[in-house]
Amino acid sequence: MLEFLQFTLSGISFGAVYAAVALSLVLIWRGTRILNFAQGAMAMFTTYIALEVIRGTGSYWAGFAVALAAGLVFGALAEVTVIRPVEGKPPLNAVIVTIGLLVLVEGLAGIIYGGQYRSFPAAFTVTGLRAGRSPLGISWFDVFTVLAVLAAAAALAAGFRYTTAGLRLRATAFDARIARLLGVRVGRVLTLGWALAGLLGALAGLLISPSTFLYPNSMDSIFVFGFTAAVIGGLDSPAGAVAGGLILGVLLSYAGGYLGSELTPLAGLVILALVLTFRPDGLFAGVRLRRV
Amino acid sequence: MNADSGSVLDVDGVTVRFGGLTALDGVSFGVAPRQVLGLIGPNGAGKTTLLNVLCGFIRPNEGRVRFAGRELTRLPPHRLAGLGVARTLQGVGLFAGLTAVENVMVGANCRASAGFWPALAGLPRSGRDERRLRAEALEALRQTGAAAAADRKPGELPYGVRKRVALARALAARPRLLLLDEPASGLADDELAGLADLVTQIAAQAALVVVEHHMDWMMSVCDSLVVLDFGKVIASGSPKDVQADPAVTAAYLGADGEAAETGTGDGAAQNATGERAAVNGAGDGARDNDE
Repeated sequence: MLEFLQFTLSGISFGAVYAAVALSLVLIWRGTRILNFAQGAMAMFTTYIALEVIRGTGSYWAGFAVALAAGLVFGALAEVTVIRPVEGKPPLNAVIVTIGLLVLVEGLAGIIYGGQYRSFPAAFTVTGLRAGRSPLGISWFDVFTVLAVLAAAAALAAGFRYTTAGLRLRATAFDARIARLLGVRVGRVLTLGWALAGLLGALAGLLISPSTFLYPNSMDSIFVFGFTAAVIGGLDSPAGAVAGGLILGVLLSYAGGYLGSELTPLAGLVILALVLTFRPDGLFAGVRLRRV
Repeated sequence: MNADSGSVLDVDGVTVRFGGLTALDGVSFGVAPRQVLGLIGPNGAGKTTLLNVLCGFIRPNEGRVRFAGRELTRLPPHRLAGLGVARTLQGVGLFAGLTAVENVMVGANCRASAGFWPALAGLPRSGRDERRLRAEALEALRQTGAAAAADRKPGELPYGVRKRVALARALAARPRLLLLDEPASGLADDELAGLADLVTQIAAQAALVVVEHHMDWMMSVCDSLVVLDFGKVIASGSPKDVQADPAVTAAYLGADGEAAETGTGDGAAQNATGERAAVNGAGDGARDNDE
């Protein structure tokens, strides 16, 4: 029973990171119908930047803030420079461009920082929490991870709901052509979407790297799990992405805990295959309004 | 009816070709401020194409469109909204996942100030804009009689109400030129009178170009009519003149029809009835070619 609780709690912690990645993918997907394969690589790069700043200044939070800002800027830059030309083109063009970006960013990281594994500091202690004398399998940093992702998701939801920029983002996601007719500068809206996605990705990189080490490919598997979480949530729904991340995190934690940790990636792929086969619109797709 | 200085909208020699098909062929007319201009013609005559040119969706191959002295033909659609050109779409064209009031707020957004960086840096300001837009949107919904639907999503609303929301969305931009694509289609008879009143009310502040197949309604609402057939203007003038024009009857009933001849003599009334029947037929067909 204690084991089950431990697996659940640590699953929620990892799931929060998958949720952040999933949310960033959904943001981009809703605006541009593009799956950004470079999302994980960009997050890896901003985490390296955080590491440099932490070493230079000695302050974790300075590195944290710079990485988030860098994510914002990289996301916007990627949209303006390489994505803009393939928007509205056949989907394969965008797939090739974002995979190209993935290879480029990981290659650059290898050239600049080398391939060795580096440890990345955590914001809070990673010693395990205990309830009485029983270890819970999580630390204060895990608590921070979950709270940070939930806060980011809530801020995003409020921004969508209560600001004119959020209104324009939602309108563009539903119909860019009509939004343009109504005077929305769709290009700027898409840039904003990519910038926010870059910020969420950077957050995910900061939160996961203390447990995975940092190296040029360190975010690859996190990206795959984040994508799986987004698919579980239906790719179009921010709330679904968060729920999908938490569900996937817990399921993978059970798989790793009860079946063996070497099976975690395999379990992730099995879940992805099952969802795509039986619920391709996501677990939460209810009765859909017919598109006319 | 060529461009003259009294017009707010001048359409001058507009030609649009899609491959080998000439959809519009040297179309010219003008719209005066506070005038309601009706655009009629058989199905496929190029009416919606012309609206698409006026709102910037399509750039004409030849010719110019001037609005309040500015050339529109080279501007992207979002700039036109800022200049005061708004339109409704055939069908409804609302954002499915947004509530009615949010839909209308997007219509008013071209006058909101917060752009990219203010939206990021000054979320409070963007929030104030949001409340102002919401108030304006509710006002527009009241004007079209759809205020009760404000917090519902389009899918939950009956067709007539959705059309009112779409109209409110166009009005929220406070347009100086409003383009209406089939505003009366699918409405019940008792809703048509209300729509006519609303159009008259809007015309107190803006010029309107209306495309509609419902001929009786157009006759009662429009100050002048332009008749298109195969992309060409075949008649224009007051509703009465146009109704009596044999070329118009011929276009609706077919060029070799005898109706064109009977139109001149004793059969004026008969002519009108025949035309209406044909027009309604065209209206049914038009529902297939949605935006």
